[in-house]
Formats: sequence, structure tokens, C-alpha cells
Amino acid sequence: MYQAIVFLPLIGSIIAGLVALFGSHRAAMAHAPREGLAHGHGDHGHGHAAPVGGGAVVHGTHHEPADSHDDHGHGRDDHGHHHAAPGSRPAELVTTGLLLVSAVLSWVAFLTVGFGGAETVRIPVLPWIASGTLSVDWAFRIDTLTAMMLVVVTTVSSLVHLYSIGYMSHDEHRPRFFAYLSFFTFAMLMLVTSDNLLQMFFGWEGVGVASYLLIGFWFQRPSANAAAIKAFVVNRVGDFGFVLGIFAIFVMFNSIEFDTIFANVSDVAGQKMHFLSWDVDALTVICLLLFVGAMGKSAQFLLHTWLPDAMEGPTPVSALIHAATMVTAGVFMVARMSPLFEMSPTALTVVTLIGATTAFFAATVGLVQNDIKRVIAYSTCSQLGYMFVGLGVGAYSAGVFHLFTHAFFKALLFLGAGSVIHAVSGEQDMRKMGGLRKHIPITYWTMAIGTLALTGFPFTAGYFSKDAIIESAFASHNPVAPYAFLMTVVAALFTSFYSWRLVFLTFHGKPRASAEVMSHVHESPLVMTIPLFVLAVGAVFAGMVFSGAFIGEGYDAFWRGALFTGAENHILHERHEVPFWVVWSPFVMMALGFVVAFLFYIVSPDTPRRLAAQHEPLYRFLLNKWYFDEIYDFLFVRPAKWLGRFLWKKGDGWLIDGFGPDGISARVVDVTRGVVRLQTGYLYHYAFAMLIGIAVLITWFMFAR
Amino acid sequence: MTDWPILSTVTFLPAVGALLLLLIRGEGPAARRNVYWVSLWTTLITFVLSLGIWWDFDYSAAGFQFVEKREWFGGISYAMGVDGISMLFVILTTFLMPFCIVASKWSIEKRFREYMIAFLVLETLMIGVFCALDLVVFYVFFEGGLIPMFLIIGVWGGPRRVYASFKFFLYTLAGSVLMMLAIMAMYYEAGTTDIALLLDHSFPAGMQTWLWIAFFASFAVKMPMWPVHTWLPDAHVEAPTAGSVILAGILLKMGGYGFLRFSLPMFPLASADFAPFVFTLSVVAIIYTSLVALMQTDIKKLIAYSSVAHMGFVTMGIFTMNPQGIQGALFQMLSHGIVSGALFLCVGVIYDRMHTREISAYGGLVNRMPAYAVAFLVFTMANVGLPGTSGFVGEFLTMLGAFRANTWVAFFAATGVILSAAYALWLYRRVVFGALEKPSLKGMFDLSVREKAIMIPLVLLTILFGVYPMPVFDVTAVSVDNLIANYQAALSAAGRLALLAP
Repeated sequence: MYQAIVFLPLIGSIIAGLVALFGSHRAAMAHAPREGLAHGHGDHGHGHAAPVGGGAVVHGTHHEPADSHDDHGHGRDDHGHHHAAPGSRPAELVTTGLLLVSAVLSWVAFLTVGFGGAETVRIPVLPWIASGTLSVDWAFRIDTLTAMMLVVVTTVSSLVHLYSIGYMSHDEHRPRFFAYLSFFTFAMLMLVTSDNLLQMFFGWEGVGVASYLLIGFWFQRPSANAAAIKAFVVNRVGDFGFVLGIFAIFVMFNSIEFDTIFANVSDVAGQKMHFLSWDVDALTVICLLLFVGAMGKSAQFLLHTWLPDAMEGPTPVSALIHAATMVTAGVFMVARMSPLFEMSPTALTVVTLIGATTAFFAATVGLVQNDIKRVIAYSTCSQLGYMFVGLGVGAYSAGVFHLFTHAFFKALLFLGAGSVIHAVSGEQDMRKMGGLRKHIPITYWTMAIGTLALTGFPFTAGYFSKDAIIESAFASHNPVAPYAFLMTVVAALFTSFYSWRLVFLTFHGKPRASAEVMSHVHESPLVMTIPLFVLAVGAVFAGMVFSGAFIGEGYDAFWRGALFTGAENHILHERHEVPFWVVWSPFVMMALGFVVAFLFYIVSPDTPRRLAAQHEPLYRFLLNKWYFDEIYDFLFVRPAKWLGRFLWKKGDGWLIDGFGPDGISARVVDVTRGVVRLQTGYLYHYAFAMLIGIAVLITWFMFAR
Repeated sequence: MTDWPILSTVTFLPAVGALLLLLIRGEGPAARRNVYWVSLWTTLITFVLSLGIWWDFDYSAAGFQFVEKREWFGGISYAMGVDGISMLFVILTTFLMPFCIVASKWSIEKRFREYMIAFLVLETLMIGVFCALDLVVFYVFFEGGLIPMFLIIGVWGGPRRVYASFKFFLYTLAGSVLMMLAIMAMYYEAGTTDIALLLDHSFPAGMQTWLWIAFFASFAVKMPMWPVHTWLPDAHVEAPTAGSVILAGILLKMGGYGFLRFSLPMFPLASADFAPFVFTLSVVAIIYTSLVALMQTDIKKLIAYSSVAHMGFVTMGIFTMNPQGIQGALFQMLSHGIVSGALFLCVGVIYDRMHTREISAYGGLVNRMPAYAVAFLVFTMANVGLPGTSGFVGEFLTMLGAFRANTWVAFFAATGVILSAAYALWLYRRVVFGALEKPSLKGMFDLSVREKAIMIPLVLLTILFGVYPMPVFDVTAVSVDNLIANYQAALSAAGRLALLAP
């Protein structure tokens, strides 16, 4: 069954990929000449002649604004309106169908493993690498944590597939899109089912590539291409830490399989290892290195810069990859490695610190963004920070529970945003929206539910998980716990504010879009609203139904050791003993955020503008995301380019070649030229040289001896 | 196993094909077709025959197999044989040759027959290098390979072909001269040039140092290691597509093979002494050439620099002296043979259409060449070292080996992971993505049947070895373990075995 869950998406991806490839290849090869010797390569269309055949592929260069009168024009999403690639429909149906099967099986797995008490199983598939004592298999390892992730991934993914059938209906590259989506799902499933760190790394990089391809899906847009590269490279910075962490684990444990690692943690705990020039606590080094990887994937503070840019991808992608699943891989990894992290207070402190900072930082930036997707992106970033705070203070299950609930309501918000964008002809700037409530009521109500869940309205999903994190942060003994508590509470206020700001700007007030756009506003088709309904149900009930198992009395029976908590770790009990005001603080913050947003954007819409003008520097600072992009450009990108050019021109060209081959050959030529000049051919020149020689010889014989 | 000398057969079959080509006269299309098919069949048959070596190969034996030995002169014998370290290089060579022939079908316009002769002779010499079991025979093959390559670059190359070919030739020759001196010294010391015997001979420690340096000079240039790498970008840029494929795919591997065959087992003490030195050069190569690759404007030059960086991982892995490092290095060499060869073939595909290698002349190719874009993407990702492609396995293992040897080395080498992503994806973006705006590109067509025949096997192999590299490890495991065991035995005999974990 687990093979089916993991490999069905791969099969779908391959089928859709081949459909896409054959279709576009055939179109591109229309009127292709026979190969032959190209004497003067203008002969048969090589070079200059431009017999444009197969119009399906040449597009976008003549995109017309007039497209916007089409009901589904996506303007900024920039679909050229051409006929769809052949096989689009089968490709969609196959991938979506297989994904749905996979999702159903995942729920079965979740219920049997999480609530049926099935043992942790290990299913080997194929040997992968064997070298010396290192031996790694392709294998699945299913415990509660994995089963929970299976549910999250396949559920959101299948809903996103379904949604995309509607959302992408006017894109001409649908088979390719669905191939990427399914490939992503496969890689993500490999990540969560892995039984060793290397396979996890495979999934880790696999989702990175899928994300790269999907961010750059509209490859004609330079901004999309840039964002895609940025996402991949910044993630690689994280991977740098991840691989070093894997190496360190291998050196200490002599294995990278989870079962072996977890069984031997107590032996390694307290040991030193020589890392770089220092002898340091082995587990701390390992955990910190792994956490660098998690920071990259989960867009934590300092490595977060790629996530907002990733919004260049189609909106369903943002929902699936950049909200619900891939970005939570870092959280999953830390949770998976909880037996190690639990043994290293230093590492946990760092996790808490970074998580709390991210939660706060991203929320501040989210306050002022105008692009609807970017607001949600920063919100995601901030919520990931919450999850890490949960992990960092030792409440692993609270962090993971937030991952679980967040997947539902954040995917819902993104898909809702997609539905909005779909309705207003591709506009993403909230300043040009407003008053859409009546026109797209389903989107409005489902997004409102998502917002309630995100802000932690009582008894919605976010209420259970987020409050658990905040309370745990207060109860924790971690040295940075007070900081984490403060940051998460403040961030809760911001979260509430920017979320309601989004809703009010988009759906309330007077329409700010042009009359033409407004005349085309329409509710999305059923294929897009059904996923919204399903996710809305999840956003409301996921907390209520599962909180007992995840973080409540059912904890032990549910997790059964999948998350490790040390003997000293009673955080989940202690969090119930926090003072009354702590319990209420998130609620107060939520209410406060709502009220302020209501005042700012419904009652007196002038206030925010005035406030921004009054605090211009602060506003600019936030609007420009704390200037991280500029700083990194100055610190890393430009020096790397300068250094590359310098080493190329000066290092290779001037130094190595100049003093190496070119220099030597030049000297040889000089010497021979000199020697040539000596051979003048005049007898008296030679005679004179001989005389001088004799004189020197005689002098030497007479005096030097 | 029969007594049939399969190694000599595989080695000299291409030369026989070259002789056949001499019989074909004329310049017309018919003659051209004959030349093409004779060459192609020769290489294909050679490849199939060489698979027989793999088929009969005994995975559990550490020593040389398929050994042939004939007296030659003065104590020097013509000896051939392969073990787990060399066998796969033979296969790699015979595997890549048909692609070179097919890739050259239309792109070589003048002296087609001579071109093919040069390639077939080159194939014989390259296979000979990996099979030779006598130092002199090795040296003859090793140096002989320079001549056809020199001609291929110098006659069929680009505008600056003469400069490039001389640079290539002199650089490598300078290194090899020292190696010849070392070979003579070894002959006087050990009284034999038989590699199998020399492997058991222990040279005095002082002599090892000098011999190691002499061999290093030759192999470092071939590899190429920083700072003697500058011939490679020039040679690649000027060489015709197939020449680049062979250069990157096989010739660069001779250096790594040399380290494994000679430096490590014959001069273990010196190797241990020089390991930090090699690590330093490798790490510098990885970072330096990656940065340089970032700024290149010529596609081939960029790939050439990335080759130097990848060879840095190889040298680093070899001198870690642990199974992961060495097997990783071997795997990295094989994988790089496939991937870099494929990348150069990819460049060849668009060069044949546009006759330029400037990155700025391209952009938006995916609009007209979707299949090409897919193939190029797979190889780019393999070059970046994405798990699931063959490029990852070697990179991972060499870095793991390095981490066990010295964490600093692994730390710096791992920055290559970031940089390789930067330069490779940036290249891909500038060539393949974007809107198709340049008018000259609008008449481009996607891969022809012939080009697909080249790309598809390489794509499949790249992914296969990424997912299931065990066939390679099965072959190399015993020989590598044996190599390490002997190395450690030599060190402990000299009382120098420091802390060496299993």
C-alpha cells in the first residue's frame, strides 16, 4: 500500500510529462528539414529564415491586453490564449485520479497507524549506495509522524490538482504543469517516508527541483526565472548544512538509518567530535548543521528571502508547495530528529531563537505588503517560525500539530487568493480590489473561515495548535523562552491584523478595480470551489478532532515514540498550568488585531495612509522587507561575481597563463630572437667576441686562481 | 573465461577499423556515408565486445583479470589486464565512442575520413591506457593519445585551434617527461616495469617522494588540477564537439586513474605526506573554478571550468584513503564521463544550428526545442549534483570521505554545492528559458532523430546510475578495499599508521 501511495504520483507525473513532451516536440518539429551537411547554413531554415510552425509553442511574444475581456484572463499570470497542448485533459485526469487514490490510501494508513496502533514498519525497496560501512537503501519507514505527513501531503496535493484543472484551464502547458505537480508530490512523499537521511535528502532536493520548475513555470517571464534560481540556490545554502550534518551523523553513528541512529543516541550523547578546528559536543554540531538545512527549506530568518519571490509561480503551486507541504519539510525534519535535538539544549535554544525571530520578522513585513499572495507568503513564513518555536521549546507535537492544521487553512487561503485573482482578471494588488464580497461569496466565506483559523479564533484549527505553542513557550525552561513567548504573542497581533486587512481590502469597501474588470468578476467553477469547501472543513475541524491525539491525553497512544520526549520534558503538562492571562493573551491579540484592522480599513480607510506617511522610514523599512535582498546582493551576489571575474581575468589569465605557458613561450621566443640577432654574419663580430673571450679566460687564469 | 585475449581484441579493434577506413577513397557523399558507417559499426562492435569483459568479470577477485603477457624487449613485456578500478573505464570509453561518431555525422565538413581515423586510433590508445599492465606500455598509450587529440583540436577545431592544441600538447607533455624519468628510476630500482610486480615492491621512503612528485606532475596536468588547468578551457572551446566529449569524458579520467593505479599503491608513504597538499589544491579548484565558471560568457568554457571543479572532488576523494572517498571518486569519474560528455553534446546540438557558443546569442530555446530543454535540464541537474542523478552519488561519497579525513576540506568542498547550483542554473536560464526574442533563433528545430538517439540513452543512464548505482559499486568494491588494505599495511609497516578508522 505504501508503495502505491508514493509511486502513483510518480507514475502520473511520468505519463503527464511524456504527454507534454511529445505534444510540444511534435509541434516544434512541424516543417523541420531533413538533416544534412549545412553548406552555408541559411539553406534550410537554420539561422535566419523563420518558418514559424506549430503555433502552439510560439506564444507570449504577442500577448494582447485585449485578452482581459475574456472571462478567465489571468493578466499577470500571463497566459497566452492559444489552444491547449494535445492530451491536456487525459494528463489532468490521470494525475488527479492517481493522486486521489493515493490520498484515500494515505487516510487509511493514517487511521491504521495513528489510531489503529499498527507497528512502525520498514519496507525496503531497492539497495541504493553501499561503500565501506555505509549502506543505504531506498526504503519506507512508516510511523505516526510519517502517516500524518502522508495525509497532509496527499490531501492538499489532490485538492490542488483538482483546483488546478479549473485554475489552469486556459494555460496551454497543462500537461507539463500537472507533471510537475505530481512529481513534486512524489518527491515530498519520498521525503516523509524515508527511512534514512540520504533518501530524505533525495526528497529534499527533489521537492527543491519541483519548486524550481514550478516557480519558473511561466518561463518567459524573467522575474519568474530569477525567482526560481533564487529559491534553488538559497535552498542549497541550507543543504550545505544538511549534508555536513549527514556526514557528521555518519561519523558519529556509523550509519545514516533512522533506526540505528535513534537506538544509539544515548551512546553518542555527551561525546565530543572534532569539527573544523574545535572539539565540540557532537550532537549539538549535528543538530545545528541539520537545522541550517531546515532553515533553508522552511524559509527561516536569514534564509527566508526566496519564499516571497517564489510567489511568481502559479497560485495552486504556492498553496501546495510554499504553504502546506514543502516549506514544512524543515519542521518535519527537526521533528523526525527529535531524539537528537532533545539531547542538545543548545541546538533547541537556537531553534527557538530563530523560530521566534522569524515569526515576528515575517509578521512585521506582512503588515504592509500590497500583493495578496505576498501577504500570505509572509504569513506562511511567520507561521513556520511558530512551528519552530514549538519544536525548540520541546513541544514537538505542538509544532507538528501546527504544521498539520496550518496545511489546511493556509492552503485554503492561497487557493482562495487564487480564486480572487482568477475573478479579477489576474490582478494581485489588493489596492486594486475591494468590494468583491457580493460577487464571489463562496470564495469570501471560505477565505473568512481560513482567516479565522489562521488568527486562532476559538475552536478553529489554529486556535488549538497556535495557542499550544504560545503556552508551551511560556511554560518552557529554555533560556530564550521568554523572548519566544513575547515574539509569538506580538506576532499573533500582527497576524490578526494583516489577515483581516487582507480580507477587508479584498472583499469589503468600494470596488477599486476598473469597471471593465468588475463587470467580469465571477465566482470560480465548481472544480475550484470544491477544494475550498473541503479545506474549509479541515480549517474548522482539524483542531477540534485531532488535538486530543496530537497534544492532549491521547499523546502516547497516538505518537508511540515517533516523537521523542526526554524523561525531563513535561512541557505538554506544564503548559496547562500557565497563568490565566497567558492563556487569554493570544485571544486578546487576535481580537485586537481584528479591531484595528476594522478601524483602519472599514471605518476610516485614510488612517493607514496617514500613518505610513508619518512613519515613512519605518514604513519603507517594512515595505522593503528589512532590505534583506539588497544586503545579500551587496554581501554575496556582487562579491561572488566580482571574484569570479577577477579570478578568471587576473588569476587564470594574468598569473597562471602569463607566468605559465604563455609567459614561458614568450620568453623562449625572446631568447631565440636574441640568439638570432647574435648571428650577424660579419667575421669581425665573431673575431671580436673571441678576443674578449680569450681576454676573460687569461684574466681568470692569472688572478682568480 | 577462455584464453581468448579479449582485452587486446577490444583495444585494437578500433585500430583495425581505422585501417579499413584507409581503404575508402573519394570525398563524395557515398564515400562519406561509408566512412561513417564503418566507424560507427567499429565502435559499436567494440562496445558490445567490451561488455563481454564486464560479463565475465569476477567481482570477488581483487587482483588483475584477463591477464595477457608477451615478452617485448629488455625485460619489458606487453602485458594487459584489468581490475575493479580500471575495468569500468574501458567500458566508459567504448560506450562514449559511438556517440562521438554519431555526433560528428554532419558537423565535420572537411577531411571526414581522417577525422574518423584519428578518433578510432584515439580509442585504441585510450583503452590501452586502462588495460596496460606494464609501465612502458602504459606510457606509450598514455602519451600516444596526445597525438590524435592534438590533431583533432588542431585540424578540426575552432578559430584559435592552433594556440589551443599547442597549449594542450605542451602542458601535458611537460608533465609526462617527468613521469618518464620516474619510470626509468623505478626500472633501475625494482628491475621490472611490470605493474603487478611493482605494486608489491616497496620503494624507499625518500625515493617515493620524488617518484610521487614526478607522477603527480603528469597526472595533475591531465586531471587537470588547479593551477595547471588553464589548458582545458582553451582546448574545450576550440575542440569539435566529439573532441570535447572525449576530452572531458575519458582523457581527464586518466589522471585520476593514474593516482589510483600508481601514486596511492606504489608510493603510499609519499601519498600520505602529500594528501594535505592535494586536499588544498582540490578545494581551491572547487571554489576557484566554480566562481570563474559563474562569469563565463562562452557555454563550452563554462562547462570546462565546471569540469575542473568536479575533478577537484575526484582528487579530494582519492586522497581521503577511505572506501567512501575512493569509491566516490571512481563513481564521480564515471558519472562525469557521462554527464559532461552529454553536456558537450548538448552544446554541440545548438552549435550545429547556430554556429556560436556565446551564451548571449541564445535565450528562450525551450519555446522551439522542448525535448532538447528536457535533456539539457537532466544533465544540468546531474552537473549540479541532484540526488537521483548520477552526479550526486560521487559528489556525496567524496565529500563524506573528506569529512572523515578532515572536516575543513569537506566544509569548503560543500560550498561547491552552492556554487555549482548558481552557475549551472544561471547558464540554463540564459540559454533555455525566457521568451524567444532573437530573430536568428526563430528558425530552430528540436532534436532530430539522430540527436534523440544520442540523448535518450544518456538521459536514461544518468538517472539509472543516480537511482541504482550498485552495478558500479559491485565492480569496484573489492579492488578498492584491497587498495586501502595495502595502503594501510604499508603505512603501518613504516610505523606511520596514525589513527585510521575502518
